[in-house]
Amino acid sequence: MAEISEEKLLWMYRRMVTIRNFEEKASELFYKGELPGFVHLSLGQEAVPVGTCANLTDQDHITSTHRGHGDIIAKGADVKRMFAELYGRTTGYCKGFGGSMHICDYSIGIIGANGIVGAGLPIATGSALAQKVLGTNNVTICFFGDGASNQGTFHESVNIASIWKLPAVYVCENNQYAVSTPAAYSVSVRDISERAKAYGIPGVTVDGCDVMAVYEATKEAIGRARRGEGPSLIECKTYRWHGHFEGEEALGWTYRSKEEIEEWKKKDPIPKFENELKSRNILDDEKIKAIWDEIKNEIEEAVKFAKESPLPEPEDVLKNIYAGGE
Amino acid sequence: MRKMNFAQAINEGIKNEMRRDPNVFLMGEDVKFGVFGVTAGLIDEFGEERVRDTPITEEAIAGGAVGAAAAGSRPIAEIMFIDFSTVAMDQIVNQAAKMRYMFGGKIKLPITFRTMAGAGISAAAQHSQSLEAWFTHVPGLKVVFPATPKDALGLIISSIRDDNPVLFIEHKLLYATEGEVPDENEPIPLGVADVKRPGKDVTIVATGFMVHKALQASEELSKEGVEAEVVDPRTLFPLDKETIYNSIKKTHKVVLVTEEVKRGAWSGELAADIAEEVFDSLKAPVKRIGALNTPIPFSAPLEKYVIPNEVDIINAVKSIV
Repeated sequence: MAEISEEKLLWMYRRMVTIRNFEEKASELFYKGELPGFVHLSLGQEAVPVGTCANLTDQDHITSTHRGHGDIIAKGADVKRMFAELYGRTTGYCKGFGGSMHICDYSIGIIGANGIVGAGLPIATGSALAQKVLGTNNVTICFFGDGASNQGTFHESVNIASIWKLPAVYVCENNQYAVSTPAAYSVSVRDISERAKAYGIPGVTVDGCDVMAVYEATKEAIGRARRGEGPSLIECKTYRWHGHFEGEEALGWTYRSKEEIEEWKKKDPIPKFENELKSRNILDDEKIKAIWDEIKNEIEEAVKFAKESPLPEPEDVLKNIYAGGE
Repeated sequence: MRKMNFAQAINEGIKNEMRRDPNVFLMGEDVKFGVFGVTAGLIDEFGEERVRDTPITEEAIAGGAVGAAAAGSRPIAEIMFIDFSTVAMDQIVNQAAKMRYMFGGKIKLPITFRTMAGAGISAAAQHSQSLEAWFTHVPGLKVVFPATPKDALGLIISSIRDDNPVLFIEHKLLYATEGEVPDENEPIPLGVADVKRPGKDVTIVATGFMVHKALQASEELSKEGVEAEVVDPRTLFPLDKETIYNSIKKTHKVVLVTEEVKRGAWSGELAADIAEEVFDSLKAPVKRIGALNTPIPFSAPLEKYVIPNEVDIINAVKSIV
């Protein structure tokens, strides 16, 4: 176990709790009919982005997916502006133009969430290329899923990152399902990390429900990338407690047993980490309650902020199609 | 007559063809459920060999259909959202559309590419597009775009039976719409338009979900004494220009309305053909309505503003009658 400061450990805990509360609130609001469009939640997966982003700075980049709220919160996004975007308000990250699947904040290195499965891979690779060409010390993390690991873009991106030794880390959030299709069916190898061999880069599988395990593995990979030793593939085995999108049960989509969901819920990364921090005397039940209360309040405030924010004016649609105007 | 919704009609048509022809098989993402239930239940009747859930891998889905068709199968390949066709473009445009021609007519590729298009559910820029113009532009492809359950049923049957790659576009807002369909599952030929509403004062050519907006606009116009004739091409290529031109020769005025971004739309092609081929019948310029030239924005008031509506159609008609 590497040396890691109490400050960082508490940051990690707080971020996971923030993601948990954000996603639960988003689900609640969705079922109340308040959130338009699709909502794809990452409940249960909190340890993966948090463990990874604990190693990053604001100058490092990440790309994310349609299931990106957790990735983005871990990278430092403001929950007020996130809820405002989900509500389609002008105060949202994308001023209401993007919605849940397309949030970005370049000031903290979030170069975009994507609605096309696999599209983030070449984009992250390109960002890593720029870091190399521009001579920065920055790393790019690509968050992608088991579904995306079967897309051509995965193979093309990892190959080119390998031959050019790009400062990228490909973090696979393997939550066992791509929409309704099990990874056990669609992925030709048992562990996605095995695919690293095909591209001559290091690959490792870790327990995605253990934030310290994710932290350690990504720390090593990120260090490699910063030293110019090229990319790595980190597969985190995790699970999403909710469906591919909120409301899928109403459409008759049942493809996971209750037993399976319950088994994975037992591996909840938050209590696991709580126990770790308790054993280090960093947390106790009182401190835990205080943190949860504070964060729940922050989430309530964020929703209030969103709902009180203005909707865009229809004429705004013509803005920002081209830089510098048409 | 039976009553069913658009999704059920397509399901019925696919089932019909899969029962009739053992070479027909279906593959795509999550087809065991089907988004909006279109392909639900098929796997129970036809099994996993003929109803295949694929990984998320559009190029392999499209390309797999090409190869399977070349080898004697009759595949129905689903590209879930037309927005994802971008991921499969080489196989659709450079392979499926061109192989027969490049090989001097030696093979046929009887593929049906089914896909979902259109805006209106806040699905944002990458899940809401109307890209039919890209495909009508490629010789070798046929493009079908039904607007009612009856048309969907008849046209999916014909699309599957057609020995060419056919892009069958399903507007996502149509799935739950109900309609009467014939008791017998019969094909409706490709390349035949349908007059959805007769009228004498103006021709409105509309596609997909816009057919319904055009019909609603027509009801409003009728109250003011303007009778619009709504023509639904049903197949975008091959296009039944005869039916459209006969209508224009009767009304002398035409409005084209599609949900496509107006710039570069398929409707522009039709407008040019009308101006070139039936100019003498026109008593007013060809009017064209499309979406604003923007990606589809997420926020509800923005999305609503971008997409054409009944008021736009009414105003366009009034500007020329």
